[in-house]
Amino acid sequence: MLPACVRSIGKTSPSNVKALGFLTGAKSSYATEVKFDTKPYRLHKLDQAPASTATLTKDDAIQYYTQMHTIRRMETSAGNLYKEKIIRGFCHLYSGQEAVAVGIKAALRPHDAVITAYRAHGWTHLMGVNHIGVLAELTGRQSGCARGKGGSMHMYCKNFYGGNGIVGAQVPLGVGIALGLKYQGTDGVCVALYGDGAANQGQVFEVYNMAKLWNLPCIFVCENNGYGMGTSAERASANTDYYTRGDYVPGLWVDGMDVLTVREAARYAVDFCASGKGPILLETATYRYSGHSMSDPGTSYRTRDEIQEVRQTRDPITSFKEKITSCNLVSAEELKKIDGQIKSAVDEATKVAKTDAEIGVEELTTDICANNLEPSIRNCSPFNSLPHQRLGPAVNL
Amino acid sequence: MALNKLSSTLLNNSLVFKELKNVASVFSVRNFFNYYPTTSTPAEGPTKKLNMVQAINNALDITLQTDETALLFGEDVAFGGVFRCSLDLQKKYGSERVFNTPLCEQGIVGFGIGVATAGSTAIAEIQFADYIYPAFDQIVNEAAKFRYRSGSQFDCGKLTIRTPCGAVGHGGLYHSQSPESYFAHTPGLKVVVPRGATQAKGLLLSCIRDPDPCIVLEPKVLYRAAVDEVPIDEYLTPIGKAEVLKDGDAVTLIGWGTQVHVLMEVAELAKTKFNVDCEVIDLVSILPWDKDAVCKSVRKTGRALIAHEAPLTGGFGAELASTIQEECFLQLEAPVARVTGFDTPFPYIFEPFYLPDKWRCLQAIRNLLDY
Repeated sequence: MLPACVRSIGKTSPSNVKALGFLTGAKSSYATEVKFDTKPYRLHKLDQAPASTATLTKDDAIQYYTQMHTIRRMETSAGNLYKEKIIRGFCHLYSGQEAVAVGIKAALRPHDAVITAYRAHGWTHLMGVNHIGVLAELTGRQSGCARGKGGSMHMYCKNFYGGNGIVGAQVPLGVGIALGLKYQGTDGVCVALYGDGAANQGQVFEVYNMAKLWNLPCIFVCENNGYGMGTSAERASANTDYYTRGDYVPGLWVDGMDVLTVREAARYAVDFCASGKGPILLETATYRYSGHSMSDPGTSYRTRDEIQEVRQTRDPITSFKEKITSCNLVSAEELKKIDGQIKSAVDEATKVAKTDAEIGVEELTTDICANNLEPSIRNCSPFNSLPHQRLGPAVNL
Repeated sequence: MALNKLSSTLLNNSLVFKELKNVASVFSVRNFFNYYPTTSTPAEGPTKKLNMVQAINNALDITLQTDETALLFGEDVAFGGVFRCSLDLQKKYGSERVFNTPLCEQGIVGFGIGVATAGSTAIAEIQFADYIYPAFDQIVNEAAKFRYRSGSQFDCGKLTIRTPCGAVGHGGLYHSQSPESYFAHTPGLKVVVPRGATQAKGLLLSCIRDPDPCIVLEPKVLYRAAVDEVPIDEYLTPIGKAEVLKDGDAVTLIGWGTQVHVLMEVAELAKTKFNVDCEVIDLVSILPWDKDAVCKSVRKTGRALIAHEAPLTGGFGAELASTIQEECFLQLEAPVARVTGFDTPFPYIFEPFYLPDKWRCLQAIRNLLDY
């Protein structure tokens, strides 16, 4: 049985393509800009929907394609490294959900902030960490973006407040970040992402209230991939219309498999928040191909046919590729070249992630407190004590 | 590389490890303990070879079969839970009795308290002990104090919370913690930690029947590693009673859960290296804990070593050490030793250093003997 969110994606009609600015002449000529219809939205306590068409430039098309494909390939590499037991511990892959992150990121300005849960590899890369920073963090090596101390779920960079390990716990942080941005007098917004499973945590409802009460520039994004760990959305939620669950927080249902639809929705949401209208809630209907984590084969609570069907009919990368090539915005040869570049970059980063050194044991006792009141951490070694030390100022201060 | 650095530190500083040419190879072994199966059977009748997952499943099965008010719920328990402890129980007893909850730990425990208060046997699973903190308020403020604050008119003693705890080799910050001492600080609760399949079944059945809210902390690394000949029939392992696993007269070694197996090996090492007999005690129950058994042993040996995975400061070992010095002061030959996790967050890549492994424990024994 397909969950409702997946079924409903299937019902949307294919976009009409309106090519603008075609160069005249031969078949080899390409458009520089194309207009696409966005997939239909559903509104909750909103008068106006986001734009029904999206203009896509060639540069943007290449960028979104590159970003989505890079995330997919890095996740594939992460999955392989896990199977080789080079990545240990917990590892949650984003494959299938790429259009959500890439679409939202495309709408963000440099001073906007993002916080997400434990499915964080793709977001980390989009927010500015290179391939090695992500993959070496996964393998626990020193060139990882958290020096190998965080692993899969805990990656950070400027304006990216990280992956968080506890289901739903990042959402209140996101609302606090939004308050911080507002208080500082910027028009920055904070995107706080969580899944359909986390949507049932009590603390999420607590901060819907705070965000609305204090009119904070927070974009709540519920990435509905159909399953909270091994339980389908229908079995866990009395109301699976997650975009309405903020009650007094206006909401928007978005096809999360279409990067342009997500981008338009995110632009709308950024404008909404930045203009002082308070929080907004986006539900992005998407799908994860892998299990919840690497220890979940992902097939005990859904059929292989279901996964195959989504891959074949609604894959965010395949459909975008089809879209941008069929209207001659980007040629198949160009994409092939990009594919090759992505492959070699990820392969190279994977090599580094396997062979890079670990940080020294002295970092076991580094950065526990900002101002440690004792010279060494209690109980650290029966032989040599390890002093407490700091690495330097935090990136967010 | 970090491993080598620590290894060389160990070699330079330690006399007893001279013959260990390559300590790094010891650290790179993923399992940080060898399992010591329980050989004595706690009940008459036939036994079956079960691992801890199967033994827990068996206890849940017995409960659902014999107690028609019993309900089992938690995240993903319907298909067996992430560790498969409730495998096939929904098939057997139906989705009205065995069911998935949304991902909301505070809700799970609050709901469980309500279920138990209304007269049903409530068995709640928190998927990892690291996720129990959203439910901390419900456990500490609601469950633990319900009877007391209502003047014994109401209670939720039929509530049992199961949750996997402890190091697993690669769990990182949020899949490795041992939160027993947080709950030990809460009158009104009972807290137990099984060391293997036999105790897991007996303790779970005891907790389910106990008239107080109980928390069973199941060391997740033992789920498949711990295989015992487990009695098929039901039996109860008493809460609050420690178990002496090995007699000795030189040092009392006290642990619980996985650490018991580390200490059993340490006792053997101490015999070979120092020619002394250590007494090994599995504390079994954290709240209440068996003061009599511990103090009786320490009065005999005059030396005590407590080892646990949780950090040192405020760890449950502190409570034991304090009581031991109070009760056994005149018999003590050396200050009570604690070998524990460090006062750091549970480290992702430094787990082998963080754990109170057999070498750190052995060194502590040496210090106790030399004092």
